[in-house]
Amino acid sequence: MASNKRVAIRNHSAEANLFARRTFIAFVGVIVLLLILFSNIYDLEINSYEKYQTRSNSNRIKLLPVAPNRGLIYDRNGVLLAENKPVYSLEIIAEQTTDLEKHILEVSDLLDISEEKQKKLFKALKSKRRFKPIELHSRLSAQQVALFSVNQHRFPGFFIDARLKRYYPFGDLTTHSLGYVARINRRDSIRLAEKSLSEDYAATRNIGKLGLEKYYEELLHGTIGHQEVEINSQGRVIRTLDYTPPISGQNLTISIDIELQMIAKRALAGKRGAVVAMDPRSGEILAMYSNPSYDGNLFVHGISTKNYKKLLNPKNNRPLLNRSVQGYPPASTVKPLLGLTGLEAGVITQKSRTYDPGWFQLKGLERKHRDWYAPGHGWVNLNDAIEHSCNVFFYTLAVRLEIDNITNMMEKFGFGDLTGIDIWEDKRAILPGREAKRSRYNQPWYTGDTVNVGIGQGLWTVTPLQLAQAIAILANKGQKKIPHFLLETTKAVNIEPLNEEGAAENKSINIVTKMVSEKVLFEDKPPIVLKDSKNWNLVLDAMHNTAQKKYPAFKGARYDAAGKSGTAQLISKKQDEEYDAKAIKEKQRNNAMFVAFAPYEKPEIVVSVIVENVLEGGGGFNAAPVARQVLDQYFGDREIVSSDKNKHPQHSNVYGHNKKTKNSGNN
Amino acid sequence: MQNHGYDQQKKRSFWQRIHIDLPLLLCILALLVLGLFVVYSAGGQEIDIVYRQIKRVGIALLVMFTLAQIPPLAYQKWAVPVFIFGLLLLVAVLLFGHVGKGAQRWLDLGFIKFQPSEIMKLVVPIMIAGYVSQQNLPAKLSTIIIAFILVLLPTILIFRQPDFGTSILIASSGIFVIFLAGVSWKLIGVCTGLALGFAPILWFYLLGSYQKQRVTTFLNPEQDPLGSGYQIIQSKIAIGSGGFDGKGWLQGTQSQLEFLPERHTDFIFAVFSEEFGFIGVVALLSVYLLIVMRGLWISVKAEHAFTKLLAGSITLTFFVYVFVNIGMVSGLLPVVGVPLPLVSYGGTSMVTLLAGFGMLMAISTHKRFIA
Repeated sequence: MASNKRVAIRNHSAEANLFARRTFIAFVGVIVLLLILFSNIYDLEINSYEKYQTRSNSNRIKLLPVAPNRGLIYDRNGVLLAENKPVYSLEIIAEQTTDLEKHILEVSDLLDISEEKQKKLFKALKSKRRFKPIELHSRLSAQQVALFSVNQHRFPGFFIDARLKRYYPFGDLTTHSLGYVARINRRDSIRLAEKSLSEDYAATRNIGKLGLEKYYEELLHGTIGHQEVEINSQGRVIRTLDYTPPISGQNLTISIDIELQMIAKRALAGKRGAVVAMDPRSGEILAMYSNPSYDGNLFVHGISTKNYKKLLNPKNNRPLLNRSVQGYPPASTVKPLLGLTGLEAGVITQKSRTYDPGWFQLKGLERKHRDWYAPGHGWVNLNDAIEHSCNVFFYTLAVRLEIDNITNMMEKFGFGDLTGIDIWEDKRAILPGREAKRSRYNQPWYTGDTVNVGIGQGLWTVTPLQLAQAIAILANKGQKKIPHFLLETTKAVNIEPLNEEGAAENKSINIVTKMVSEKVLFEDKPPIVLKDSKNWNLVLDAMHNTAQKKYPAFKGARYDAAGKSGTAQLISKKQDEEYDAKAIKEKQRNNAMFVAFAPYEKPEIVVSVIVENVLEGGGGFNAAPVARQVLDQYFGDREIVSSDKNKHPQHSNVYGHNKKTKNSGNN
Repeated sequence: MQNHGYDQQKKRSFWQRIHIDLPLLLCILALLVLGLFVVYSAGGQEIDIVYRQIKRVGIALLVMFTLAQIPPLAYQKWAVPVFIFGLLLLVAVLLFGHVGKGAQRWLDLGFIKFQPSEIMKLVVPIMIAGYVSQQNLPAKLSTIIIAFILVLLPTILIFRQPDFGTSILIASSGIFVIFLAGVSWKLIGVCTGLALGFAPILWFYLLGSYQKQRVTTFLNPEQDPLGSGYQIIQSKIAIGSGGFDGKGWLQGTQSQLEFLPERHTDFIFAVFSEEFGFIGVVALLSVYLLIVMRGLWISVKAEHAFTKLLAGSITLTFFVYVFVNIGMVSGLLPVVGVPLPLVSYGGTSMVTLLAGFGMLMAISTHKRFIA
């Protein structure tokens, strides 16, 4: 063999030596490279162990925030007004989807989801991060849940999320006091960040937006919990490592009596107006209803554009407006207060009389201020003037008092200021006086302005809530309570077992959760002290007489009520022009007001009523029956008779109540 | 000669008669068994994957055993035609190859799909060793230049597929032959210089965007931690978090929770170090070192220049596998597709590797003077 020959003449030992040398060098190279690998692994696993250990953990361990359950809200008798109900929503994580647009169309077709929602979703898709869940449908029905579950495999990245959502079982009945919760928006987020509460809201979707839900957000929300979970690279939870349960928000018991609230709603049916009922002894709001109202549940799930437009449409009488905290001219309802001011200033006494020819004229001016009763009431004292709502008496009184006296006293009765009620919707309205005119019109005050203030008109508005507060102060003879809803808060408290041995045996069983309630105290405001406290009685007595003698609305009532009506003119009549409600625009017709309290001798409830733009009659005709229904409900079967038999119940001496209802100026 | 395996008086043992190198076999089996355990853990604890791997290992061991029976000098005769055939296949791959994972590596013959580049891993060292050993060593310059060209042809063809990993392995298998054949240090210096000068040309003209990306990612993986750098970062986290004694078999969170891509194939070393820690790595590298030492010992003890060169090349190329794989998984080298030999899941490389060991065993056991 040729090759063998060649091999034969080779220098084998030299070749072997050369090869051995080269192999040895290669071996050294191998060792060197192995040492490099080694030192690198050593560096990773020994030197940098902690760093990589941490990174490995942060890879796999996620702290999932767990939203606390929002506190429930009960009425004063324990009726549930705001609860949390399980809701199923359809969510999408864009990153996990395969054919997003096609699948959205298919799912929408399957579950009958509106195009509006689809459009909203596509919009949201643009702004949100791809790995965050986006909601396609917020409230799936049981049928939709079942339908989707069966087909879920067709739609990767689509899933159903179950969570608790706020539900108001009474719907529109409670919205103006409870308010509602809705999706946390950017402004809310900023506010939460400012209070450094962002972390506490990490799992929370909704926040109180209005009413008590907003005011007591911090009490209701609770404390976030955390679930420490192990996840895989797709973010799927593999197992729970640790769990810190959230602490539910506190339950609130509020002063509303839902049955009274229902009666208020029924009494206002078909009218635009509001009722505020308050306990003058404590300031507790028993009912606050504004009609028309709207269902707060609509906002919890994100209101549709269509529904929202409907609420905003003026044809629907602006249900969003909480009329119990809107400013209205108080009209004659404040006459008792003005009378009291006159007595206190010494401008009049119980016996002072004024002659009413049917009109009032300031000296040197031509304009005649008319009484609502054209022939005039003749000679009237304070009691007559309140009972018959004589305008001329109060025109005269106001002018004699001068505006500053009025402003000062009305300020004491809480006008022009927030009442301090525990909803943010509280309004100041307008306190009559020089300041109000200057700030609004930059004009000085004229005596002519004072004349109108005398009958609760002109530059003066009050909210029904303020009015209720003022009447409560009056009924309390100067004691001032802050109007409020919140009665008590209830939270779950873990009670450690007393028995130490038992604790050691089985701790989890021995820890008892107990609901602990705490009454909420609202401090009184400084009272109004009169020079002569008898003056309270004079005015209150006149209101008593008014309710008992004047209005048929209180005929047959088994409790002893006092009250005062008011009818506010919204347009000024020209001299000698007759008011004809049918001839003027609906929105310019008179507002009917009524304030009442009962029982006369020991007031338990104050009611203030506004009915907007009535067609016929005034406060006594339109608003007093509303107050009557509320009071009837409040007292139920209770019979409360006046200690003075001459005064109650007696309608034998009903005076002039149907004499002039047809043409009511300021009755 | 008499074939009595248990007769200790005979110069040939039972293992020599069946042409198996026992130390080598034990080391290989140790790694293969270890590999099954790690593959089970890395493959999501699915026993099916292990069964498939066992099947492949079985086939590969059969190939090893078969090749070990062939006298090594026989390879030399077939070297040239097989080499030419292999080159033609590589050209065919470029022209009609099956595209997978952004690279053209597979040739689909209808009944079977295979990678001609794998065959070349064995053919190239045989060819070069055969060519160089025809003359006296140390080899002449002209021989070396021709040998270089022979290495370069398949390397470039494979590089074009593109398969950076395999082209490195094939180039090294050839270059090791040339190195062991005694190429002068002067020439080695010149070649190194040329290679460095060639690097920019390689970067700008020959590397595809996917290869360039791998290199930039290697240089700075944290630049794109969720994109191209993800793999290497997760791999380093896996290794580093293993610590001294590891998280325990099946307990590696990086792999079990699927943070680590390609965990049962190219990145299996990360799974191994996460679960078995530094101790495990020391043991693993020791076994690899034993195999390399045994292989080099066989090559030194081989009778012919051809078998010496072939054995040396096979052994050192095996080490290149180990070094490149562990280097890339631990962040020392850019990510190129090289499996961890004898441990990674996968059929083709397993067969080629064990075929190489079969040849090593043949070299170690077919000796003329024993009779």
